Amino acid sequence: MYVAVKGGEAAILATHDLVAEARRGDEGVPELAVAQIREQMGLACARVMNEGSLYDPDLAALALKQAQGDAIEAAFLMRAYRTTLPRFGSSEPLDTAKMAIRRRVSATYKDLPGGQVLGPTYDYTHRLFDFSLMDSPDVMVGLDPTISGQEGASSANTAGDARVKPEHDVKPLDAFMPRVPDILGAEGLMEEETPPEGDPRPFDLTREPVTFPAERDVRLQAMARGDEGFMLGLGYSVQRGFGNSHPFVGEVRVGEVAVEFVPEELGFAVDLGEITLTECQMVNQFAGSKEVPPQFTRGYGLSFGHSERKAMSMSLVDRALKAREFGEAATYPAQQDEFVLYHSDNVEAAGFVEHLKLPHYVDFQGELELIRRIRKERQERQERLADQANQALPEAAE
Amino acid sequence: MQDGNQIHAGFSDPVFQSQGAFRALLAALSEPGLARDLGDAIEAPTGLEPATAVALLTLADYETPIWLPVALRDGPAGAWLRFHCGAALVEEPSRAAFAVIDGAASEPKLASFNAGDDQFPDRSTTVLVQCGGLEGGEAVTLEGPGIAGHRTIAPAGLRPGFWAEVEGNATLYPLGIDLLLVHGTQALGLPRSTQIVGAR
Amino acid sequence: MTVHQSISDDAKPAYNYAYLDEQTKRMIRRALLKAVAVPGYQVPFGSREMPLARGWGTGGIQVTAAIIGPDDTLKVIDQGADDTTNAVSIRRFFERTADARTTEATDEATIIQTRHRIPEAPLKSGQIMVYQVPQPEPLRKLEPHEAETRKMHAWAEYGLMQVKLYENIARFGEVTTTYDYPVMVNGRYVMAPSPIPKFDNPKMQMSPALQLFGAGREKRIYAVPPHTSVRSLDFEDHPFRIQSWEQPCALCGAADSYLDEVVIDDQGGRMFVCSDSHHCETRRAEGHRGAMLADASALHLVEDKP
Repeated sequence: MYVAVKGGEAAILATHDLVAEARRGDEGVPELAVAQIREQMGLACARVMNEGSLYDPDLAALALKQAQGDAIEAAFLMRAYRTTLPRFGSSEPLDTAKMAIRRRVSATYKDLPGGQVLGPTYDYTHRLFDFSLMDSPDVMVGLDPTISGQEGASSANTAGDARVKPEHDVKPLDAFMPRVPDILGAEGLMEEETPPEGDPRPFDLTREPVTFPAERDVRLQAMARGDEGFMLGLGYSVQRGFGNSHPFVGEVRVGEVAVEFVPEELGFAVDLGEITLTECQMVNQFAGSKEVPPQFTRGYGLSFGHSERKAMSMSLVDRALKAREFGEAATYPAQQDEFVLYHSDNVEAAGFVEHLKLPHYVDFQGELELIRRIRKERQERQERLADQANQALPEAAE
Repeated sequence: MQDGNQIHAGFSDPVFQSQGAFRALLAALSEPGLARDLGDAIEAPTGLEPATAVALLTLADYETPIWLPVALRDGPAGAWLRFHCGAALVEEPSRAAFAVIDGAASEPKLASFNAGDDQFPDRSTTVLVQCGGLEGGEAVTLEGPGIAGHRTIAPAGLRPGFWAEVEGNATLYPLGIDLLLVHGTQALGLPRSTQIVGAR
Repeated sequence: MTVHQSISDDAKPAYNYAYLDEQTKRMIRRALLKAVAVPGYQVPFGSREMPLARGWGTGGIQVTAAIIGPDDTLKVIDQGADDTTNAVSIRRFFERTADARTTEATDEATIIQTRHRIPEAPLKSGQIMVYQVPQPEPLRKLEPHEAETRKMHAWAEYGLMQVKLYENIARFGEVTTTYDYPVMVNGRYVMAPSPIPKFDNPKMQMSPALQLFGAGREKRIYAVPPHTSVRSLDFEDHPFRIQSWEQPCALCGAADSYLDEVVIDDQGGRMFVCSDSHHCETRRAEGHRGAMLADASALHLVEDKP
């Protein structure tokens, strides 16, 4: 009875001790350093930075350590910290055309200025375990040709039909790497992206409540912090027919971009450093309308760190969410802004799903009282009817 | 002490002084017609009643445009609000989140402020009406949420026709502006939900 | 990028009083004043990421953090009890971040944050109830789209709700909603009272206390000022009625309080005890004794202080 709830405070404190123990695991195994996670679990850190809406690889690594590798719990830690940070202002818009490229691939052109740059990718690895990683701490990842296929120039022509520049190439990459949609745009074939009138500061969904229909800045912002798995599933649904999209990867690029800020008192831009970003632009068909000649339309995805799957999924859903702007029917989940925006936030979703663990016995008691009473009343009614029937029979016989 | 070039100080203890003032404002709008004291934590700039200054310091910031009569906007009051709240001072009453008016002046009319829209009635102006006193004027009787039965108030120094404007505002419900009548360190709430009853 | 304050600084970074920064408090306070001015209307607000999980009371916590001050005494309950785990956790949060004075006594509290119950002791003028709200939109189960429900509220189009309740009656002979039972506030807005049992709905009607509602995940704040009409939706031929039990509280003998059912063995044994733990303790201290108090006391399950 009250046993279950009395002593709640002591029980809560005990859970903190237990989780600390569980996090540490066997003390015979050396403790992970945050720097190890940052350097060797970089893709996990990228996910935590994206879903935690905070670019800080050290904190992402710390969050993963504290959360025992639970990406959503780690994102939650990032967000709860982020919300307390003072705001100095907004950065200048990033220029991804000037990205210091690590990886850049286009599916729409065989070759293009700057070429295809495979960079570090799992795309052509065979998913075979590299057992040497199991116990040899000194193995350099990527040197085993059967795993990475990336040793020197021998793998340079795996694609055969494209100029491939492996990262280990001694030649520096071209300085000029135009974004593919810009190439299409120069020909007038790509939907133009014009900022809203006056180019106002984008909406900030962490400070202001969202209303619907949501504008594109709100949608992109929500998707950038949305759950990778949820965005992936939605993007996939678009491809399979639950959406009206026929996408080509115009370009995926990964690399470093400078962040600039204009302090009020200086009045000119100051370089704050650079961040690693993944950008995906999908090229989609659009038949055009009476007013607009046929053109391609764009789906856009941008994410922190190296996170292609996230950026690609986001760009698929971004295009699907433009249904309203293009006068298309918004029949499917990925096309409905309210559905996508309200359900993509995994910290909110996890909180609400998991709150079902909290006591609900007051409400459950209400349900019990109701169902017992309705059943009792029903039984009484049936008994009454049966009695009447029994009484009616002999009367009828008389 | 106050001259044209000097800006008076704001709260000396912003966290707790604004918390206390907010609770008085919350009580004022929760129980319309009951005067609440907002305290004398600051020296108000010329043209603002102490309660007006405290209320704006408590509630306004860069997200809330403020409308002031021209004389105040261009004087120390405007400078004070810009400095302490970072608030934009706007010319059109309809753009204001907060407004300060002189209860005796004939303009602007209450109807010139933003009454919100039917899907977002919260996006309306809160108007601080600086008046000659919260007692001693024409008696009016109120009813509505926050009032058990009826409540009679008699604020002084309000322009002729003021109560008809308040009645007009209440007919817009759930749209409408929300009023705080202020004098000295006191404020009395008249949200849009309050009805003026009985013959005046 | 985060700009860290130098970690080597001796002065540790400190959280603001009551956790939220002052700009956030102002934003919530503005929303609260509009909520009070339009009783029952859901004001959108810029709900912040909180260090507690969404769905675990972040709306109520933000409201309490925006209103609480050094003069306040805070009571936190969940399921009517002060010592349920989440109530303990939230009370600790305010003890740590706002140095809050706390109490279990309903009549000593100036702010009562609650999940799922209204205390049995009548509320007083000057007290503020803060409800944690999971789903602020009473129409959401009937219409999932916010764009649509917002219009329904704008035009006071509540026919759908009436139809749903009436279908219930047609099928089961009564309205089968037992908690979060919709109410009409000030004759204008249909409002979700939060998942309190409908037993508690009548306590909202013309309450002398101010009632504030915070939904953190859904980013809405709403309010019922004191002395405001809060009518549970019903029909003339099927008036609203509340839960009742066939037996009084087994510990304090109260016959008019909301009861929790406690399973005491695997033979179908049950006992019914007050959900409001403070109410039950107060009654026992006053000498009221329920049928099973002696047994429970012998097992050290409750203190018996006759």
